[in-house]
Amino acid sequence: MADAGRPRSTSSASAPAVALLASAFVVATCGLIYELLASTLASYLLGDSVTQFSTVIGAYLFAMGIGSWCSRYVRQNELRLFVRVELLIALIGGCSAAGLFLLFPVIDHFRVALYALVLAIGFFVGLEIPLLMRILRDVEFREVVSSVLTFDYVGALAASLLFPLVLMPYLGMVRTGFLFGIANAAVALALLFVMRDAGRFRLEKLAAIFVLALLGAGFIASERLQRWAEVASYQEPVVYAVSSRFQRIVITRRGDDLRLYLNGNLQFSSRDEYRYHEALVQPALARVANPRSVLILGGGDGLAAREVLRHPGVQSLTLVDLDPDVTRLFSQTAMLTALNRGALTDPRMRVINADGFRWAREARTRYDAVIVDFPDPVDFSVGKLYTESFYRELKRLIAPGGIAAVQSTSPLVAPRAFWTVATTLEAAGLQIRPYHAYVPSFGEWGFILAANGPIAPSAPVLTGRFLDQATANRMFDFPPDMARRPAPVNRLDNQALVRLFDEEWSRYEA
Amino acid sequence: MKLSRRALVGGAAGAAVLAGGGWAALRRRKPPGTLAGADLARGHRLAKGGFPAPTRFEETGVVIAGGGVAGLSAAWTLAEAGFDGFTLFELEDETGGNARAGRNAVSAYPLGAHYLPVANQDARALRHLLTRLGIIVGEKGGLPVYDPYQICADLEERLFHQGRWHEGLIPRNGIGAQDRADLAAFDAAVTAFAAHRGRDGRPAFTIPAAYSSRDPDLLVLDTISFGRWLDDREWHSPVLRAHLRYAMRDDYGTEPDHVSAWAGIHYFAGRRGWAADGAGDKVLTWPEGNARLARAMAARVPGRIRRGRIVHAVARDGDRMWIDSFDVAREETVRTTATAAILAMPHFVAARVAPGEVRADKAFTYAPWLVANITVDRLPTGKGAQLAWDNVSATSESLGYVVATHQGPDARTAGTVLSWYMPLSAVEPASGRRQLLERPIEDWQSIVEDDLLLMNPDLEGAIRSIDVWRWGHAMVRPTPGFIWGAAQRAAETRPPVFLAHSDLSGLSLFEEAHYHGTRAAEAAMRHLRHPFESLL
Ligand SMILES: Cc1cc2nc3c(=O)[nH]c(=O)nc-3n(C[C@H](O)[C@H](O)[C@H](O)COP(=O)(O)OP(=O)(O)OC[C@H]3O[C@@H](n4cnc5c(N)ncnc54)[C@H](O)[C@@H]3O)c2cc1C
Repeated sequence: MADAGRPRSTSSASAPAVALLASAFVVATCGLIYELLASTLASYLLGDSVTQFSTVIGAYLFAMGIGSWCSRYVRQNELRLFVRVELLIALIGGCSAAGLFLLFPVIDHFRVALYALVLAIGFFVGLEIPLLMRILRDVEFREVVSSVLTFDYVGALAASLLFPLVLMPYLGMVRTGFLFGIANAAVALALLFVMRDAGRFRLEKLAAIFVLALLGAGFIASERLQRWAEVASYQEPVVYAVSSRFQRIVITRRGDDLRLYLNGNLQFSSRDEYRYHEALVQPALARVANPRSVLILGGGDGLAAREVLRHPGVQSLTLVDLDPDVTRLFSQTAMLTALNRGALTDPRMRVINADGFRWAREARTRYDAVIVDFPDPVDFSVGKLYTESFYRELKRLIAPGGIAAVQSTSPLVAPRAFWTVATTLEAAGLQIRPYHAYVPSFGEWGFILAANGPIAPSAPVLTGRFLDQATANRMFDFPPDMARRPAPVNRLDNQALVRLFDEEWSRYEA
Repeated sequence: MKLSRRALVGGAAGAAVLAGGGWAALRRRKPPGTLAGADLARGHRLAKGGFPAPTRFEETGVVIAGGGVAGLSAAWTLAEAGFDGFTLFELEDETGGNARAGRNAVSAYPLGAHYLPVANQDARALRHLLTRLGIIVGEKGGLPVYDPYQICADLEERLFHQGRWHEGLIPRNGIGAQDRADLAAFDAAVTAFAAHRGRDGRPAFTIPAAYSSRDPDLLVLDTISFGRWLDDREWHSPVLRAHLRYAMRDDYGTEPDHVSAWAGIHYFAGRRGWAADGAGDKVLTWPEGNARLARAMAARVPGRIRRGRIVHAVARDGDRMWIDSFDVAREETVRTTATAAILAMPHFVAARVAPGEVRADKAFTYAPWLVANITVDRLPTGKGAQLAWDNVSATSESLGYVVATHQGPDARTAGTVLSWYMPLSAVEPASGRRQLLERPIEDWQSIVEDDLLLMNPDLEGAIRSIDVWRWGHAMVRPTPGFIWGAAQRAAETRPPVFLAHSDLSGLSLFEEAHYHGTRAAEAAMRHLRHPFESLL
């Protein structure tokens, strides 16, 4: 170069040049941050971080290449295009994390959205760097290529260090996204003011301010957005959500419909829970001459307890539920105690927070009626509560002349699972009488009465909103599509039920 | 009744991200933990010698030196036969040897041995023990019924392979035709061996190994390495070889190239568990591992066990023996005169303390192991198969982890203890032992933590402590020629000295330790003319 020997004058680092180099730095940093965000997010949502990181990085680099290549078709107005592209990146990249979170529960092809986003950002970033070099050459900056590349690489380093050390631990993904979007847009705006012919870019300035405001609002509302993301996975508005030591407890409400979800599984809807709980409790109590002491295993919502306490003869009711957070919630919250009519704080009630299996193995008392209301056998740990070993403990807990009722999943959707519960109860030496009821929010639901002796086919039932004598008698008929079929014994060492349950329900949901 | 899985994951992931999630890795605080192991100071003291001369003198019938599974089995057998005149000396403050356990606020957990497969029909003595301990609880159709609470609950094992967990330990998806062919060929070969009987009419392979056939056509398998045997058959499938490497390291702490083909095949062809309800291929396990069995045997002989006693010299005195043991608490040597001595310590220790009776033999080599007990706030999860008792990664140098609370009385727990295992088999045993001694606890903790988080990134932030346990001479190595050579020779001693240790069969297994303990006790009673009914 002609002026190579001349001492470096301050004029060569003019304000526009500095601003342009700063943009190179910010563009590189932001680009890498968006890419890391997409990879991390994909690892969280889809699992398998190695695959997610390599495919996202691959897609990103590929898109950058295409962007670079396309830059050759830009023949004029490089600065204008550069600023516009930068604003676009700010907008897309800044909202990417929040957007993906909100999209995840509602769209079917999440990967398509993810890679579309990555490709778009990659393309625009790839377009920017060559544009930047050309603009710099116009302001007669020396060593354009090496300067831009240096800032580009330093920016990448900054991003890769900041991301794990500062951004993820302190800001989280959604906020990080917005923050870097803001940085992107701010640099674009600064550039517009510093460049010599800046007066021409009125539209771009307005757009920049708009994008900045939008991202700023997003940043401030990040917390709420996160909650929406969870809310979006439920069909109804979430009014309460907490993680206990054992599970995620979520309560939703729409109008008068109150719902409880444990780990995302619906436990009841206040619209039709009376059908489920009357069916669970009343047929059993109807068959005990004079039920005085009753045990409920599970059922921390107190709704089965409410049904039991409708019997004035009941003198003591013991409820064993794993999770103190659930029983506390259902004994203290007004809208919930209205539903269970304060059953959990009734003087006859004793609430024990313990693991049902351990408690049953150690228990030495017998009960006139035992209501078994555990969650569905969705995993091996809950599956243990449906095994022959557990039912042998259950058998021991039933007083002479007493009875048990077991919630046993849907005989329509999962007939083999339902009849596995029946077969297993029999293998444990109990006599059984299966029945079913229709609960709209669950579908056709199954229960099984079990006792140490024969069980009466019919008995005078306490009339409720759902059950009268005729209905109660009808529940014991099984039409052919739910009729008994051969089923294995569910044992601790085979967990046949969990496998069948999963098979039948996933076929149904597919 | 169920929300879609995708929706659920979305919600959960959102929460996880808010909490700072996986990227806190670099500012991770090291979890607390302890570094311990088979008592090094006492072991060294034994190697250095220089114990004081005896100042206390006792007499007993039979001395059992060593309170691992073999020593305790000997004691149990004597007690069952109504022979009470014996004393057991154990170097550590607790009996159990490799079958010891630890406990913290969350759970009991094994420090070494953690399971026992359902017994073969041949293993009469073992079945007798299991019946007496209430593990075999009855009989159905002529087959033993095992207590369902002690059979490993489903899911027994899962493998982390290509980013997903799969049931079982052999990957079934994403493998090639050659892999399938080799897996099937290997399977057919070991199935044939399992059913095969030698010319002497004995099963080709069984447990205890001593009941196996002596047919020379089978014993030649002990002269070559397992790796070589596989090569000869051209079974090169990386999937098969990785699984076999896992198996050899799991049972023997040794690489396939250093294990004899006989031992390698024995792993797959020696077990024919005999049980009702199709439980023959199941294993028995407990939160505290095999310490359950060791403690139950020790409880059978209260008052006969002396802990914290280092046996350092054993010698013959006419037709009797004297045994010098150092009482660690009182810092004095006690000389015990006995009518018989059962040495239930590793062979290299026996050769050191009883040089006149037991010949040192370089053929006895030992694999070093590292065990870490990791206390976590929540149960591990992962994509694919649900949490199992035994969780193994296809790509890790470790053998994965077992879940202590899997077999516990609770259906659901908030936290648990994961027992993580790694034999240092990739290097020579001596340099493995040096590593065990020299590397600081922080190194081991990071190795364990990194390995665990690769399998279970979901445990990020949930690790509360990592307790590291070092086993320098953990397991005897069944190298080519060892089982049917050096081990057989070593077992022959001159009465009234009898040896009892799993070293003598070359297979470090509960069944083998139990067999040798029982055998030594019966030999001692025969020598002392105490009447008994043999269980062997
Ligand atoms: C990490 C690990 C995992 C294992 N997992 C399993 C498993 O899951 N299942 C299985 O079947 N096997 C397993 N094993 C194998 C285990 O070694 C055997 O099952 C069995 O416990 C061995 O018993 P033993 O009595 O032969 O030997 P040891 O356990 O070695 O017992 C020897 C005893 O002698 C004592 N002793 C030594 N020197 C002296 C002395 N001078 N004076 C007094 N006492 C002395 C020792 O302290 C020790 O208590 C495992 C081993 C290890 C190390």
